[in-house]
Amino acid sequence: MTALPQSTDRKLGLVIDLDTCVGCHACVINCKEWNTSGTGAPLSDQEPYGDTPMGTFLNRIHTFEVEVEASPAQMVHFPKSCLHCDDAPCVTVCPTGASYKRSEDGIVLVNEDDCIGCGLCAWACPYGARELDQEAGVMKKCTLCVDRIYNENLPEEDRVPACVRTCPAGARHFGDLGDPSSAVSQLVAERGGMDLMPEQGTKPVNKYLPPRLRDRSMSGGKSLESKGDSPKGLLSWIDRALEAL
Amino acid sequence: MPDTKLPARPSPEVSDEVRHTTCYMCACRCGINVHLKNGRVKYIEGNRDHPVNRGVLCAKGSAGIMQHYSPARLRKPLKRTGPRGSGEFQEISWDEAYDLAAEWLEPLRKDPEKLAFFTGRDQSQSFTSWWAQAFGTPNYAAHGGFCSVNMAAAGIYTMGGAFWEFGQPDWDRTKLFMIFGVAEDHDSNPIKMGLGKLKARGAKVIGVNPIRTGYNAIADEWVGITPGTDGLFILALVHELMRAGQVDLDYLCRYTNAGFLVNCDEGSEDYGLFLRDEDDKPQVIDRATGAPAAYDAKGVKPSLTADHDADGTPYRPVFALMAELYLEDRWSPDAVAERCGIPAERIRAIAAELARVAFEEEITLDIPWTDWKGERHEQMIGRPVSFHAMRGISAHSNGFQTCRALHLLQILLGSVEVPGGFRFKPPYPKPPEAHPRPHGMAKPGLPMPGPHLGYPLGPEHLLIKPDGSAKRIDKAYTWENPLSAHGMMHMVISNAHAGDPYKIDTLFLYMANMAWNSSMNTSRVIDMLTDKGEDGDYVIPHIIYSDAYSSEMVAYADLILPDTTYLERHDCISLLDRPICEADAAADAIRWPVVEPDRDVKGFQTALIELGVKLRLPGFVDEDGQAIYRDYADYMVNHERRPGVGPLAGWRDPDGSGQGRGKPNPEQLDRYIENGGFWVHHIPEDAQFYKPWNAGYQDWAVKTGLFDAPQPYVFNLWLEPLAKFQRAARGHGASQPPEHLRERVLRTMTPLPTWYAPFEDEGEGVDEYPLHALTQRPMHMYHSWGSQNAWLRQITNANKLYVPGEVWEREGFSEGDWAWLSSPHGRIRVPVARMDALNPHTVWTWNAIGKKPGAWALSDNAPEMREGFLLNHLINELLPPKGDGRRWSNSDPVTGQAAWFDLRVKIERAPEGGPAEPHFEPAKSPVGKGPERLAYGEKFK
Amino acid sequence: MHPAPSVIVFTALSGLGFGLLAWLGLGLPAVYGWAAFWWYFVGYALAVGGLMASVLHLGNPKNGLKAFSQWRTSWLSREGVAAVVTLLIIAPFAIGRIFLDTDWGWLGAIGSLLCLVTVFCTSMIYAQLRTVPRWNNALTPVLFLAWSVAGGALLAGQAVAAGLLLLLAGGVQVAYWLRGDQRFAEAGSTIGTATGLGALGRVRLFEPPHQGTNYLLKEMGFSVARKHAVKLRVIALAAGSLMPAVICILMPAGYVAILIAFPIHLVGIFAARWLFFAEADHVMKLYYGG
Ligand SMILES: Nc1nc2c(c(=O)[nH]1)N[C@H]1C(S)=C(S)[C@@H](COP(=O)(O)OP(=O)(O)OC[C@H]3O[C@@H](n4cnc5c(=O)[nH]c(N)nc54)[C@H](O)[C@@H]3O)O[C@H]1N2
Ligand SMILES: Nc1nc2c(c(=O)[nH]1)N[C@H]1C(S)=C(S)[C@@H](COP(=O)(O)OP(=O)(O)OC[C@H]3O[C@@H](n4cnc5c(=O)[nH]c(N)nc54)[C@H](O)[C@@H]3O)O[C@H]1N2
Ligand code: SF4
Ligand code: SF4
Ligand code: SF4
Ligand code: SF4
Ligand code: SF4
Ligand SMILES: [Mo]
Repeated sequence: MTALPQSTDRKLGLVIDLDTCVGCHACVINCKEWNTSGTGAPLSDQEPYGDTPMGTFLNRIHTFEVEVEASPAQMVHFPKSCLHCDDAPCVTVCPTGASYKRSEDGIVLVNEDDCIGCGLCAWACPYGARELDQEAGVMKKCTLCVDRIYNENLPEEDRVPACVRTCPAGARHFGDLGDPSSAVSQLVAERGGMDLMPEQGTKPVNKYLPPRLRDRSMSGGKSLESKGDSPKGLLSWIDRALEAL
Repeated sequence: MPDTKLPARPSPEVSDEVRHTTCYMCACRCGINVHLKNGRVKYIEGNRDHPVNRGVLCAKGSAGIMQHYSPARLRKPLKRTGPRGSGEFQEISWDEAYDLAAEWLEPLRKDPEKLAFFTGRDQSQSFTSWWAQAFGTPNYAAHGGFCSVNMAAAGIYTMGGAFWEFGQPDWDRTKLFMIFGVAEDHDSNPIKMGLGKLKARGAKVIGVNPIRTGYNAIADEWVGITPGTDGLFILALVHELMRAGQVDLDYLCRYTNAGFLVNCDEGSEDYGLFLRDEDDKPQVIDRATGAPAAYDAKGVKPSLTADHDADGTPYRPVFALMAELYLEDRWSPDAVAERCGIPAERIRAIAAELARVAFEEEITLDIPWTDWKGERHEQMIGRPVSFHAMRGISAHSNGFQTCRALHLLQILLGSVEVPGGFRFKPPYPKPPEAHPRPHGMAKPGLPMPGPHLGYPLGPEHLLIKPDGSAKRIDKAYTWENPLSAHGMMHMVISNAHAGDPYKIDTLFLYMANMAWNSSMNTSRVIDMLTDKGEDGDYVIPHIIYSDAYSSEMVAYADLILPDTTYLERHDCISLLDRPICEADAAADAIRWPVVEPDRDVKGFQTALIELGVKLRLPGFVDEDGQAIYRDYADYMVNHERRPGVGPLAGWRDPDGSGQGRGKPNPEQLDRYIENGGFWVHHIPEDAQFYKPWNAGYQDWAVKTGLFDAPQPYVFNLWLEPLAKFQRAARGHGASQPPEHLRERVLRTMTPLPTWYAPFEDEGEGVDEYPLHALTQRPMHMYHSWGSQNAWLRQITNANKLYVPGEVWEREGFSEGDWAWLSSPHGRIRVPVARMDALNPHTVWTWNAIGKKPGAWALSDNAPEMREGFLLNHLINELLPPKGDGRRWSNSDPVTGQAAWFDLRVKIERAPEGGPAEPHFEPAKSPVGKGPERLAYGEKFK
Repeated sequence: MHPAPSVIVFTALSGLGFGLLAWLGLGLPAVYGWAAFWWYFVGYALAVGGLMASVLHLGNPKNGLKAFSQWRTSWLSREGVAAVVTLLIIAPFAIGRIFLDTDWGWLGAIGSLLCLVTVFCTSMIYAQLRTVPRWNNALTPVLFLAWSVAGGALLAGQAVAAGLLLLLAGGVQVAYWLRGDQRFAEAGSTIGTATGLGALGRVRLFEPPHQGTNYLLKEMGFSVARKHAVKLRVIALAAGSLMPAVICILMPAGYVAILIAFPIHLVGIFAARWLFFAEADHVMKLYYGG
């Protein structure tokens, strides 16, 4: 149903730590791997070995360079998948009801059986989080691995999204952002978690932790005190220090 | 289409079966769970129990499915039919393949030098070298010479182990972590997991790298050093720490040769060597008595400052010599700042920060332990600063000494093998003395008397023939690079082509794309491989190659032995060569066929066994000529290197109780498979630190079969073997360097770490070629393998040359431009892009993205060929001629490590548009081309 | 946004079709019998043809019917429902005129109103999208309606009205361009807000997440060179508005004039629609460097 729920019982989502992401693309590929053989149509690839290879992915890593005043430029690796917005415009534009947001946990999903592949939801999403599969002609997006997080065929500890489980740096966290006491909510509170494009009014559930301050001058720029500027002076200091050991 | 209206809590079956094995999408060797459905690989995830990756998996690992089903897989043995390079082959049977190989190899048993057998980044070097020993050829090595032998050798000579795979930071306790010259490294996942731990704790990371991507992007501080100058920077830190007395004196006295007495009489033959007693024990001045004593005698506390006069010969302790050297002004921050591109205040501040964390944030563990002299310590004292480094410092011609300098810094801070510092992984620590010496050929027809590779302790261990020429085709262990502990694979083809030191008949390569990304000067190497002599035969007469995929190299071989993929074969990640140990455990692992090959291919090691049997090599056949090992799996279980010690350490003895030592157990592989494909054996708590000096560790290591007797040792701040090479260069001893190398040996083989300019920075071309040019490994690509991977190549299928902002503006570049990039060796055309988080004198690109048309089952006009390029075309294996007309190899003069990152270039705008140059004509693909579409997973619906 | 022929044809033709039907519903021109048949045939052909073109844009048209279900929330659904209802309501009116020589004027008037509602719905598919600031603008429905009504008048042979309305539509178009050029900046989305890194400093894309193309870039990554756009704006304005308006005003009575003016107008309207899509920037592009 394309009406958004008034509120959701939980707000399951991801917290992505831009201070920690090394840009390794592990989450991208594991997401593709899990989801291409999981629920719904496979995530197809066109010209996979040809001149213009392209394919459907639900998660992608961009890299940005930031010019910072009075210190060296910085590089930020930037993972992006569906943010499971509270005010998801992708849902309300959908003419078929294929796109919906679940009231129980806030996950935004596409029912491929109903999707006509009009692409309007992808136009409505500010984040580029939806991709129309070129083979199946239906809209694909991050499912928050809904077929993992409740999956009783998986061991309890594996009931997390594939991208979270695989991330080598631990830069991706999964949990209930609607519960202020959850680990993810606390992380967001501690580290100043932020929304992407708040001006779009989508109220994303996923949050991004900004990079910590970098390149601060170290130890207040203090340098070490000399114990002897000549080898001789130093060695006699060393002798005394050894005595004291 | 299946019903996609998802239930609220969907709980689909994931797979029919999960099989646990070891990833080989790179050399990190993580544990993987391979989910199978309908007999096909459906999903691969990390194994949570595995000591290496604890459940995580990198992009390559997850893309394993695509590699496993790659259209570029070889299908059957191939015999070349067209000219080399044409890609024209005929499929043959394995029997025919062995016959052909034997036809070439059999005659060489009498002349084994004529076989050169070199392997790439395989993980069965203890097996392949054993085969080569049995054959009797001296010409065996793996790829380490062009990879990172500087790192390995400097580490082993200095402290009995290196970074790389030999050790790891104490990720759980370290508070300040400094990482030099690393883009990815072999420990791909563990480094990321470690950084993740530091980040979670808010510990500090300093990245030293001309380029700020990846690990350096998340570093709290970035030191954008100018390439080739790390040694200077590090020694300036040493200068600062020494000046301030901020060194761990107790540690230096106990665990290093800081107190050893060095002969300081320049006129003496033994200048630079230690004072030794009758038992050959190095001497120190005991602080209690003021008299010389053996360094390891019980209760002896060495002085670090007292000079000594032995019958008129002056001796000084190593530490005093260090103070003298490193307090010199040339190592001061002010003196090095400009050359390194790091302000002096910044260097001083980093030194202060290192000292502060090491000494003011000391950590202690209340774990009593006993040292090798029997002294009991109530606590373990930790210095929570740690370091890691890789090819950024090692792949320079001054890399050996730079790596040593870094170890010196670690040791001065007392942060090796202590909590919070750097820790070895078994079988390390292992000092140079505990390693073998290199061996040359004994007699034609006989096996080699010992392993090919080892650690020379003096000129007497070089592999030089009486006429002064090299015993080995790669000229390893000669005066040009005496400590070439990993061989010099990058010199094999050019030496074989030049017939210098001699001609060979058969080049046998395994898993190395030598016609492309692992060669310097790729176009020239292609010429050498296809060059014919006056007789019309190829100059290198026979080339046998084993690959699993249709790589560039395949087209240049005469006989192809097609390997399986990593999911289809047995492999052994063994304590005998490159195991998967952790700092607190010994561990090894296997691969096993989780799916059977659907092609006529064989695991290479099994093929090598079958070939060994056919050639009746000793160790491969019994007296009756019967095969001793059926296949590699059989070898893994039943081979014994020393009694009770075999390729696999777990579940030995028929009842499976043997840990490390024990008789072969016929059910060993089943035990591994049940356990997830690996074996871990933990080090007792009180033996987990101070391993070189910890009696508990030494005993445990002996019990576990890592070595046969305790072998405690001290770290070599002063590296006496280098003094011995210098002694020879000064004209002493039976083996002396040729005249033109004497000065170089004296300059570069200093017993205390030093810095000299990388060779390409010294020549006349420096001003003409003002920029440094580097490559980095993309985290999601493994060398050339990644391009055949439908998923990975979508991320990177073309590479740009990144140009620093200043140069970008000076040259008037704009987005989408192309440039000519030239070095003294050639010129290439490349697409460019701007980058500001980059050292201003450096340009760089991703490594090994450019591909040759015809390879990897890709279309002939794929982006990899249009817009991908290799820097290798600009890097020569030889430096431009010197004044005397000689051409030195583009390698570290100590170890022979290929100096990839010494490259200097200039850049100019080029006409718009591609393709990248040089551009090659397509070869015929021996496997055809990949399919037009892919929807992996549709078979499971 | 990618100026896909299917959406250009859809919006242009269906706009014209419903515009024409709107005029016919008001009895302008007051035709019956065969004459009426041909007028209605043109009207339906354009409207239905346009809708068919939009179906070509679908990845999975077999589920097409489901698109009518979400009229409560979705403008696309509403547009579909409105179009169908409109065509169904106009049908009896047309039958009356063609076969029964009858004029159920009230029905025609309702039909005409619904035509405008349909065009409004079409415009709202675009105007509602905050992600495309150029479209997300009150002038977007005005623009669609203006072109529809003017083009309809032209087709309906209401030369004087057409002439004036075409000038009006041209004026709206210019206003839309001027306004549209400001919209992206007004909307406030920048690479800094997109990444959340704006506070740190100046943000620039260093490497995209994939080197080739993908659906998003094909669909939304389009951009048009400034020079090219100006040229097309001139063409759109001249051919869409000024030239046909002048013809209509100078030759108010001649059907020949309409036959000349309409093709010119069509060229203009296609140019305007091409620009409508091509000039519209999606905020998603910020993640690809703008
Ligand atoms: N994903 C992936 N992982 C791999 C591989 C792969 O191909 N792909 N290859 C494996 C192999 S064989 C190897 S040898 C390892 C190598 O692992 P790394 O050592 O990480 O190899 P490189 O990518 O060459 O990175 C060298 C780094 O050193 C920096 N550098 C260059 N010159 C200097 C210098 O003078 N000073 C400093 N401080 N830095 C410098 C470069 O900018 C670059 O970041 O990786 C292994 N792991
Ligand atoms: N410019 C530049 N050049 C470099 C470097 C650099 O940093 N910069 N780095 C250097 C270093 S450190 C290294 S280690 C080399 C690496 O260079 P190579 O060792 O040549 O690396 P690969 O491209 O991985 O080639 C290995 C070959 O192994 C094959 N292969 C893959 N899997 C299997 C298998 O299961 N069985 C068999 N039999 N074959 C298999 C692949 O198809 C490929 O042809 O590159 C070196 N070259
Ligand atoms: S990120 Fe995009 S696709 Fe996901 S809920 Fe928000 S608007 Fe919809
Ligand atoms: S593409 Fe599918 S999910 Fe998206 S709006 Fe159209 S029908 Fe709805
Ligand atoms: S939650 Fe699942 S579907 Fe979403 S990005 Fe992560 S792996 Fe992909
Ligand atoms: S796996 Fe983790 S570290 Fe790697 S790109 Fe994804 S979020 Fe970043
Ligand atoms: S780092 Fe990645 S590719 Fe390498 S072994 Fe581990 S999972 Fe496999
Ligand atoms: Mo390497």
